[in-house]
Amino acid sequence: MTTLSNKAAIVGIGATEFSKDSGRSELQLSVEATRAALKDAGLTPGDVDGLTTFTMDSSSEIALARELGLGSLRFFSRINYGGGAACATIQQAAMAVATGVADVVVAYRGFNERSGQRFGQVQPWAAQQVNTNGIDNAWTYPLGLSTPAATVAMQARRYMHDYGVTSADFGAVAVADRRHAATNPAAFFYQKPITLEDHQASRMIADPLHLLDCCQESDGAVAIVVTNPERARDLPNPPVHIAAAAQGSAPDQYVMTSYYRDEIGIPEMGVVAKDLWRQSGLTPADIDTAVLYDHFTPYVLMQLEELGFCGRGEAKDFVRDGAIELGGRLPVNTHGGQLGEAYLHGMNGIAEGVRQVRGTSVNQVPGAAHVLVTAGTGVPTSGLVLKR
Amino acid sequence: MSGPVRPVIGRDNAYFFEGTAKQELRIQSCNACGTLRHPPGPACLSCEAYDRGHVVARGEGTVYSFTVIHAPKLPGKELPLVVALLDLPEGVRMVAEVTDVPPEGENALKIGEGLVVDWNVIDEELTLPIWRRKP
Repeated sequence: MTTLSNKAAIVGIGATEFSKDSGRSELQLSVEATRAALKDAGLTPGDVDGLTTFTMDSSSEIALARELGLGSLRFFSRINYGGGAACATIQQAAMAVATGVADVVVAYRGFNERSGQRFGQVQPWAAQQVNTNGIDNAWTYPLGLSTPAATVAMQARRYMHDYGVTSADFGAVAVADRRHAATNPAAFFYQKPITLEDHQASRMIADPLHLLDCCQESDGAVAIVVTNPERARDLPNPPVHIAAAAQGSAPDQYVMTSYYRDEIGIPEMGVVAKDLWRQSGLTPADIDTAVLYDHFTPYVLMQLEELGFCGRGEAKDFVRDGAIELGGRLPVNTHGGQLGEAYLHGMNGIAEGVRQVRGTSVNQVPGAAHVLVTAGTGVPTSGLVLKR
Repeated sequence: MSGPVRPVIGRDNAYFFEGTAKQELRIQSCNACGTLRHPPGPACLSCEAYDRGHVVARGEGTVYSFTVIHAPKLPGKELPLVVALLDLPEGVRMVAEVTDVPPEGENALKIGEGLVVDWNVIDEELTLPIWRRKP
């Protein structure tokens, strides 16, 4: 069977600082992150012939190309569905370099999502789009269901009801993320760990979600450089091979409101999982550490189940007793996740996956050989398996 | 504009809001095979016909899940706001704004409870369903 496995490698990562007010344009943030990623890769702007990003990104590929002084672009593309696009941008880059459509592709994402348009607030434009997304939102926004937290809370409540999950089980994710962020100088919550009691005492945002179940919006940018394995061998960093890269959308899929299925879980991540394991030939037991998209804690539990780390309804037991913290059976989000480091639509998690394979994470998992990374949940999504 | 976020209305969902204006809770039905569907769409998933009509729902629903929204502020709504997912006896599921239930405590909403539809007249152009406990 034809596969994308091991036909592309990540050779460079770059980022700006993560803050609540960058003080510069989103385009500038992406230029800075891309320059940093190219420097890390040992490449120059002149080597880049492909760019890919999120449909939501405000900086076009050609605008970024102009600012970087790039030559001709042979490949440019965008992926839809918010944070679900994260790993799919790497898949785009991998497919382009694997087929020879391009030689060096940069995936980028930059936004002032805290000082500019805050994603956690109501975005009336989302309900006023004259397209099928706007029509879909007609069933929710006018009724007051219009923020990411509230849409997730609806799923979280039913998940708790069906499987006996508690808010404290969600809290285990927040505690793990913040523990990891506490030792990551790049994290917004550096040196600010929390306890489960802090989580339980934090104010209610959308019951059953507390404040500390929700990531905080951030300003910043991340860029990732992908090339073919042959070229990667000649570059300064050890190549991080893309063992698998998959997208997934499930039957009766909506954006954040897939409420009309018999069970309102995240089967789209199951679609991703099936292809990640097929492409890579690996199983969950082979994964040394994982970066699981954590804009909201309940989705980390649901992902562990969809990805096959445990059975349906068993994630609450899986995460107990520090199992997803450093030293545990599956350290998750060693950079602090989006709850602890920054909410960069999952692109900062891909960078952490690369650092784990390189062996350069501030919270290194010893000997990490296979790292799983996922993208935004509740939406059509994507995932990666990275390896040496 | 004050008031809630207004729906985008097009050919595939106009029947619903034309219904709420008449205080009818409508469910799309296929004129060819009778299959009911919500949210609606232009093509019947059972028989592939493009021939749509609607039925008027009984206006009852059972709580499948719900959330109580405390933050952030929502246009045209007072917080805390209760929003539920209801399973209707007609066999479809619907998002529902719920009124007159306390946000927490013994008397808070519970999964499995039955609600009935009422009407939230926003202005001359828009009426929305709003659900409450059975009297």
